[in-house]
Amino acid sequence: MSEAGAKAGKQARPSKFVVARASDVPEGSRILVRVLGREIGIFNVGGRFHAILNRCPHQGAELCKGDIIGRVESDCPGEMRLDPSQKFLVCPWHAWEYDIETGQSWRDVSDENSSRPYSSARSYGLGLRAGKKLAAGLSRGDIEVSTENAEFVDTVTHRVKGPYEAHILPVSVDDDYIVLSLTTALTTESDQLDE
Amino acid sequence: MEADAPGPPVLNSGTRASTWRGPIIDVDIHAVVPSLDSLTPYLDKVWIQHIAEREWTGPPTAIIYPPNLDASARPEWRPGDGRLPATEVSMIQADLLDPLDIECGILNCVYAIDGGPPDFSVAMARAVNDWLIAEWLEADSRLRASIVLPTRDDPAAIAAEIDRVGCHPGFVQALLPARSGGMYGKRLYWPVFEAIVRNDLVAGIHWGGSNNGLPSTPSGWPSTYIEEYVSEVQVFESQLISLLAEGTFQRFPELRVSFLEIGFTWVPMWMWDLDRNWKGMRREVPWLKRPPFEIMREHVRFSTAPLDAPSAEELAPVIEWLGPQNLLLFATDYPHMHDDDLVTLLGALPEDKHAQVMAESAREWYRLGPATRESDV
Repeated sequence: MSEAGAKAGKQARPSKFVVARASDVPEGSRILVRVLGREIGIFNVGGRFHAILNRCPHQGAELCKGDIIGRVESDCPGEMRLDPSQKFLVCPWHAWEYDIETGQSWRDVSDENSSRPYSSARSYGLGLRAGKKLAAGLSRGDIEVSTENAEFVDTVTHRVKGPYEAHILPVSVDDDYIVLSLTTALTTESDQLDE
Repeated sequence: MEADAPGPPVLNSGTRASTWRGPIIDVDIHAVVPSLDSLTPYLDKVWIQHIAEREWTGPPTAIIYPPNLDASARPEWRPGDGRLPATEVSMIQADLLDPLDIECGILNCVYAIDGGPPDFSVAMARAVNDWLIAEWLEADSRLRASIVLPTRDDPAAIAAEIDRVGCHPGFVQALLPARSGGMYGKRLYWPVFEAIVRNDLVAGIHWGGSNNGLPSTPSGWPSTYIEEYVSEVQVFESQLISLLAEGTFQRFPELRVSFLEIGFTWVPMWMWDLDRNWKGMRREVPWLKRPPFEIMREHVRFSTAPLDAPSAEELAPVIEWLGPQNLLLFATDYPHMHDDDLVTLLGALPEDKHAQVMAESAREWYRLGPATRESDV
């Protein structure tokens, strides 16, 4: 990190963090990272990356250890269809559904008629950065290579396989990196790097 | 009727005038088939011969309603001359319709002819329904009735009987015994609900039927009648969950279902449980786009008898838990004896629901038409 970046860091910590190499989170997998004390799940769903706080807004379960499923719809018994364009993260405790893109809880959990509406799961902005672009950001100090810890979560068994060695992320200009933003709520299209 | 004459037992110490001045619609009055002989005018000769040859004496009723128990007939409502309670329209008039000044009463006959050989079951159901028309509906314009249905093994036959008599203006409901070999939400029963909706009737889930040899509990046969009686709510609960979960109300958006003679204090707890689990298991039943309790409130009503709460104070919160919409329809469950007290029921209800529970909700639910008395509110 440059001197200028270090100074900026003392005044206001960077809000963007390099959390993994893109190739470390292949399609269908996820990792858990800890950034500024927050445990955040990074998901690769169908080639798109998503970040969600590992805390279900309902009762605090480890949301990011739940299944990812497609949206099931029906207008009448006798017909059922899967909408593969919308994916839900399903809380392992009560199986409530949260939109993986937005963290929005699905159906009545935020029902306006409910006397106890539940908030959405916290989602974060994620982007892919090419290594050479990242290097510039690092030198300016507005991005930090900072994961206190990153865990890989097996998507089938939900068992934590052990500490993922991501404390040090050597920045290679040949790789793409996943950059987590704590200030942007939603991933913008421009942040998603075309594969 | 004298304004302050003592009312029937259901008023306990009160009078009609002192207890409730508005109209009353009673959604659960029993009409009892006195004997097989009373049905022979409505039976084909082939079945009269069948009955004689088999020495069949009628469907068993003692398990569900032991004849000498007060719960089966209130002492005040037993004729005491050898005739069985609730077997003639004059008994209901004298015991109930006149003293309680009932504007309209819905007859539920729980004659268990839904078992046995299918053609015989169909013939018996037709006979009971024709007997209800001739000897009850035509005898008193205040009466309406539920269609008695044949064998549950043959939904097409059930639908055919609903179509045969459903257009009679006296029939407002078709009776489905709760303790059935089948869960009514199953698609097997779609033709039945189709016929019910087609004839603009209500589906009434009620005690009775032949039980198909099924106990009142999922854990086997109880030892005593008290267990039998109190446990039976479980089969009603299962039927309600089945109808909701299987999407019966999405398949038949016009369908109205009444749960009769099973009280209602159990309803909020089961609906909370269903709602809670629906949040996580919605994918199994994706046609339920709203919490099932909400859907239930639009499609299901409950008769008030028996009243399972010891006091108005304890009953009031349960009624509140059912939601702002009124789901309750007043019933005496004549001639059965419960500890029901109209004062307790009215005391548990907010003032603005009294008229709904006593008559107006039933009038709308069963499409009974405007009030008939000039003094009616």
